[in-house]
Order: sequence, then structure tokens, then C-alpha cells
Amino acid sequence: MRLVLIKIGGAGELVMTWRLSFAALAGLALLAWAESALVWAAEEKPYTIKDGKVDSHTYNGWRRYTESCLRCHGPDGAGSSYAPDLLRSLQAITEDQFKEVVVNGRINVNASSENVMPPFGEVEDVVLYLDDIYAYLKARSDGVLDRGRPPRMEP
Amino acid sequence: MNPRGYLLVLAAIALPVSGALANDELLKLQKDPNQWVMPTGDYANQRYSQLNQITAQNVQNLRPVWSFSTGVLRGHEGAPLVIGDVMYVHTPFPNNVFALDLKNNGRILWKYEPRQDPSVIPVMCCDTVNRGVAYGDGKIILNQADATVVALDAKTGKEVWKVQNGDPKKGETMTSAPMIVKDKVIVGISGGEFGVQGRVTAYNLKDGKQVWNAFSVGPDDQLLFDASTTAMGKPVGANSSTSTWQGDQWKVGGGSTWGWYSYDPQLNLIYYGSGNPSTWNPVQRPGDNKWSMTIFARNPDTGVAKWVYQMTPHDEWDYDGINEMILADIPVKGKDTKALVHFDRNGYGYTLNRETGELLIAEKYDPKVNWATNVDMATGRPKVVKDYSTQAGGEDHNTQQICPAALGSKDQQPAAFSPTTKLFYVPTNHVCMDYEPFKVSYTAGQPYVGATLSMYPPKGESNLGNFIAWDAGTGKIVWSDSEPFSVWSGALATAGGVVFYGTLEGYLKAVDMQSGKELYRFKTPSGIIGNVMTYMHDGKQYVAVLSGVGGWAGIGMAAGLTKDTDGLGAVGAYKALANYTQLGGALTVFALP
Repeated sequence: MRLVLIKIGGAGELVMTWRLSFAALAGLALLAWAESALVWAAEEKPYTIKDGKVDSHTYNGWRRYTESCLRCHGPDGAGSSYAPDLLRSLQAITEDQFKEVVVNGRINVNASSENVMPPFGEVEDVVLYLDDIYAYLKARSDGVLDRGRPPRMEP
Repeated sequence: MNPRGYLLVLAAIALPVSGALANDELLKLQKDPNQWVMPTGDYANQRYSQLNQITAQNVQNLRPVWSFSTGVLRGHEGAPLVIGDVMYVHTPFPNNVFALDLKNNGRILWKYEPRQDPSVIPVMCCDTVNRGVAYGDGKIILNQADATVVALDAKTGKEVWKVQNGDPKKGETMTSAPMIVKDKVIVGISGGEFGVQGRVTAYNLKDGKQVWNAFSVGPDDQLLFDASTTAMGKPVGANSSTSTWQGDQWKVGGGSTWGWYSYDPQLNLIYYGSGNPSTWNPVQRPGDNKWSMTIFARNPDTGVAKWVYQMTPHDEWDYDGINEMILADIPVKGKDTKALVHFDRNGYGYTLNRETGELLIAEKYDPKVNWATNVDMATGRPKVVKDYSTQAGGEDHNTQQICPAALGSKDQQPAAFSPTTKLFYVPTNHVCMDYEPFKVSYTAGQPYVGATLSMYPPKGESNLGNFIAWDAGTGKIVWSDSEPFSVWSGALATAGGVVFYGTLEGYLKAVDMQSGKELYRFKTPSGIIGNVMTYMHDGKQYVAVLSGVGGWAGIGMAAGLTKDTDGLGAVGAYKALANYTQLGGALTVFALP
């Protein structure tokens, strides 16, 4: 089953367009599955945040995100008119799935969507810092990190 | 004069004459107010129409009369063309082109649908926009996203020729509209965020054969500079570009050419600007980085540059110089001048002598611009303020409160000029930023940016845009209409005393040319980043605009622009464009009852 995500809503609203021929019920079942996965994933945090300040890895993740991802996925991972909101995406996919997509890319081109994620597997500025980028986006996705440049902990 | 008779005569001229120079044909057609034969309205980029049925008195009665869905969701920039009884509408990727029959309520005469590798989509910085097609000698010329230039038979939509103008694997793509001058098609290249070597190329309109190719950065033979090429009135001399780069950094030096082109047939010069030097990290590329951020005047027959002017040497803010060059004969400081007027991303409105390249005026067209105190009129260089210099701040230092933001006080959305008021009508952004450069490595076909930034309205303000009237002869704002969002739509000025523009929420607005007073608004299906155009058909004036939010403007779509430290969080949320409009390409055509 293939889920086609197009980010067209804003501020916490996501519109999912399903490939035809699947009933809405199937969709609800998947959402329920995604939520249980979220609970499971929440047990281990890839980031550290104290007094609103982030560790150096999470900070670097913000920087690398801004360098390589922002132009499509928007400021702070919030999505744009042409690429999905990653804060919502990370609630539905695992760390491994996230990394798989970043490394290998993904193509969703059909009548209603023209989303293409390029493969970053050979891009130093991304693959070397994949853990950091994930940590940053996860912190944003978990709602524990505000928008903008995150304040850094003292080293 | 009988307007109907006038129309018939012009329709006869409009029939493509085989073998005639497209130049002769286009020189005449561009003056015909009934048609809209080039994306910029005319060669001078004035975006002014002589049509005057729609006036400041009756514009409040305007209403949509027909509309057309393009079937594409991404950002819709540019405007359709009208040639005779046919309207040509383009779309973002996949770059479909429609020929619509104006005699039959927009029935589709033909549709062209190119087949392109979708892997080009993510190498297009800031959405898969396209700014329109060009017409000449019975052909429609399309710049595809994958850097293919294709000529279509205007009557049938069949391919006449096709040429590859760049390599998307290296990040070379095309978003700009071509311009046809004489028997040549002039095109640019996009990819300043991917380290391309920017250039402008001329192809034969007849068969697509390359005639000349002129780079923005590199050795003199690649630049097509010769001993007569000047900057600030003096010969530029040998190695004027390579001597301003470290080593061979110019090879990935940017200076892309994705904006609008203009042409002065009397002076036989074409004009355009080059974009940012790559990377966005200034520390990594010492020197002036010539000729990025530069206005070029070139001979369209040979490509040789007559003069150049670099607005932002050693860019530290991503202030691309690609915005349109508007050619107008206006009094400048009281003296009649063949002027070139340019509203740069860097926030300065420049007036130059377009024959010599002499700098006449450089003034801020948004009072909030703070990165430079002024432009030194003797050297042409901006006086950079240290506090807002990301070079002075250095790598890994976050320079704050720089105005304007990287998207500029104005981006590609073209301004209009009215010969009656002698004023320029400018859609602007009113956005500031924090900018932190850091070290990056170059990988072919990958983003080569090297800076983080966050954007927000100027301190203490909440509006992100203004629509202004500008006097380029004195360098002063005449009036300014505040807009909640950046105005990302190209303006249209008309002899009816009305100026039109679109807004990101989706309004088509009409304002009084003299005062800026709003006279009419209509909410179209999606946010407008397209340019307003007008034409006459069967004796009736129409106004048309493409809706379809997206582009670089769409980057703030999801959550709006915000800055937590300014307590503008609430404003940021309110600013979420998604609360006002959704995606979707549509053409809306307006007329009086």
C-alpha cells in the first residue's frame, strides 16, 4: 500500500491524499499503527534538551538541515508548498525509515503529486550528520523544540 | 479612431510571415495593445498597456468572465501570451503549454506535454516554477525545467526543434522565460544554489543552433568581454572576473541568469542581471566575485558586453542581481535620460544611463534596508555596515536583524512603469533575517549553500510586503500600500489610470495610479505569484492572471515567518499563508460587464 503525502495544510494541519482504491478505513488503521509506533519510539530520545538548550549534535542537525533540506522542507522542518511537513512525517515513520529515505531518495509522481526526494547517500554534508539531522527533527516533531535557531548548551 | 477597425488592421499584421525577421514582426507586435506578445509586455519590460476601457472610475465593476485550471499544483509564475485569437498558457513542471481559443471561451486548441525526468524536481531551488513562453516567427519557445529549450509550431503545438541548454545532474535547470531578439532566442540558466557557472546563450530561432554563449564568471573569452567593455565608465581590463576569485573557484561560482531580459532596438543592447556567487558562505570565496550580482548590457548579435555594473561585490546575503531591467526615457534629476531602472534584491533602486552604464541614482526603496548606509556614487560600491556584514561576523557567527532578507526587498516579480505618471509600480517584500555562514563542500548536483537563515518582518512591524510607487528620477517613494504578505506578483500599469497586482492570499487588486488607493479586489482560487497582463479581444479589454501559490514565497506557506525572540510568535502563526489559500494553478480572466 502506498501513501502519498502532500503537505498543503499549515500550522498543524495535514492533508493526506490516498492512492485511489483504498477505503478510508484502511487509512484509519494505518494511522492507529503509526500512533502505536510513536509510543514505542518515544522511549529513547536521540536528542538532549536542558533548560531549552540543545546538545551539540542536535544543534548541528539544525544547521545541516538548514543547509540541505530547508529549501524544500521549509524553515524548522515545517514543510512548504512543495515538500511535506517533516514534523508530521516523523510521527509516522521510524528512524530507520527516515534514514532510508534520505539515503536512497523517493519518488512520488502521479496525477496529484510531483514530490521527489533526491538520494543524499553520497552527499557528505548530509550522510555524515544523519544522526544529528534526525535528532533535530525528532525534537521538533516531539514538540519539545521551538522554531528558529536553537540555543546551544555550553560545551 | 474606430477601435474595431484598428484591431482588424493589427490582426492582419499578427499573422506570422514566413521568412521575415522575427525582430521586425515582434517590434511591431509589442506595440499593439490588443495583444500581449512577450512575457514582459514589451522589449522595454515596462508592463504598461495603452488599453483604457478599464478605468479608475469603472474598475469597481470588474468581474471574472472565464477561468481555466492548469491541472498543476506547484507555484505559477509568469503570465500567458495573447497572439491574435490565441492565448498561450504555460505551467510549472511538467511545463505543459496550452493554446486556448479566445473566440471560443478558452477551448483548448492544442496541448504540449513534455516528458521530463522527475529527478530534476529537487535540483530546482525553491519550487519548479516557470516564468513563461516566448513567441516569434510562428513559434512558441519553451524553457523546460530539465534545461531543454524547445520550439513549438504556434499553430499545432508540434515540436520544430529542441536543444539541451544545460545539465540538470550538475544542478543546471531553467525557470526563466526566453526572449526573442531578431533571429535569436536568448536564454539564461538557473542553479546558483548548486554552484553552476552562470551564462546567457543565444540560439537560432530557425533551427536551434547555438550562436553565442556568454558566462557571468570566468576568463575573458568565456565572458565575451573585449577592450571596449566598461564598468563605471572605464574599461574593465584583462581578467576582470578571474582576478576576483581565489584559484579556480569561479568554475562553481554561480552568477546564474534566471531573471527577465530586456532589449533596446535603437542601442542594439540586451540587458539582464546575474545572480549570487556560490556558496552563500562569503568567507569561503574571498574577493569581489565578479561578475556575479551584475547588470550586463550585451550586443544581441555577438554577445559581447558593452558595459557591466556590479551592484553587490562579494555578496554576503544572497542578494541576487537578476531582477528585471526596465528601460524608460525619463527625466533623471531634471535631465531627460535614456534610463535603465532596476529594483535590486539588495534593497536599492538603481537608475543608470542605459547607453553608457553610468550610475545616476542608487537609493533604498524600502526605508528598512540596513546592510549598507548608501552607495558611493563615484565607485558604485555599497558602504557595508559592519554589524550586518556576515563576512565580518565570520563562519559560525549568527548575524542578526539584517534587512532585507535573502529573498530581497523585491524578488523576480516584475515592476511596471507608466509613461503618463513617469512612476514605477513596485511589488516588494518587507522581510529581515538572521544569517549564519558555515563551511560547505562542493558536490556536483547538490546544494552548495553554506548558510542558515531565519526570516521575519522588520522589528516592530507585522506586514511582510508593500506595493509602492517609485520616482526613479529622484530615487524617492511616492506612495506605499502596506500588504500583510510579500507582494510576489508582477504589476501591470494601464492607460486607464489603474495599476493591477496580485497578492499571496490570492487577491487580484486594482489601485489608483496616482494615489495608490485600492479600487477593486477579487479573491482568485489560490495565492498569486504570477504577473497580471491585459489584452483586447473583439473590442473588449480583458485582464488575466495566473493563480497558484508556491515558489520561494511558498517556503513560508506552512508555518509563516516567525522569530521567537521578538515575541512575534503570534504574528508568525497568523502569518501562516495556509490559513488563507491552498495550492492550485488557475487562470482567471476579468472584464467589465
